[in-house]
Amino acid sequence: MDLNLERNGRVLTVQIAGELDLSTSPAFRERIEAELGQNQEIQHLILDFKETSFIDSSGLGAILGRYKSMAQRNGKVSAVNVPPHLQRLFELSGLLKVMAIYPSLEEAQN
Amino acid sequence: MKENYLKISFPSLPENVSLARVIVAAFAAQLDFTLNELEEIRVATSEAVSNCVIHAYREKSGEIQMELQIEDGALSIKVIDEGCGIQDLDLAKTPAYSTDPERMGLGLVFMESFMDKMTIESQPNQGTRVLMIKKPERSKDNNGDQP
Repeated sequence: MDLNLERNGRVLTVQIAGELDLSTSPAFRERIEAELGQNQEIQHLILDFKETSFIDSSGLGAILGRYKSMAQRNGKVSAVNVPPHLQRLFELSGLLKVMAIYPSLEEAQN
Repeated sequence: MKENYLKISFPSLPENVSLARVIVAAFAAQLDFTLNELEEIRVATSEAVSNCVIHAYREKSGEIQMELQIEDGALSIKVIDEGCGIQDLDLAKTPAYSTDPERMGLGLVFMESFMDKMTIESQPNQGTRVLMIKKPERSKDNNGDQP
């Protein structure tokens, strides 16, 4: 898994390339938490799944963990470029109750 | 229909979860599964093997056995560990049951949802055997089987 983090003011966008599972979710958690820790003004975490090939419940748990971090600072989490097979997992897991999906990065930012 | 089997064992390392997914997906591709069904098989395999790493052996290293079989047009996946076993199977199957805030407790739910059949045999301190079976929907249509 490769992560590309880009901060623009109060918005942190994270592009997730590859697989988010038991092996890679600790790095996902640590990278994002480090960025959030250094930038207390971040209020909106946008996760970009365009290059994400696989997620299981370990990966979904890591996303839920970041939602909890953002909720603690009264922020929010959004998802963009979600392929159909991931959308189904998001629906089954209940993540969509706390994470909005937008068709594009621009719409999530607005 | 050609029958086939594969038996492998590997240490309970997080890095081997993706390896298990790749092996099962390549084996399953011998049947007429759709891409969506193969994705479901990959998720179910990932959950079963991850459970061995996270719960069965915890911080210790142990061995995971995986037995794959194609028989009567169906794929069966056995995932076997000799770890701590499951104390309360009904509780473990409860959606969103997890003791870890970074986990959703959905592993067994996904395994049951994505496979046609899933059974678990487990005894405390004697390990766990998971059996998952799935048949391609397209072959069910052809021979009149009910999904």
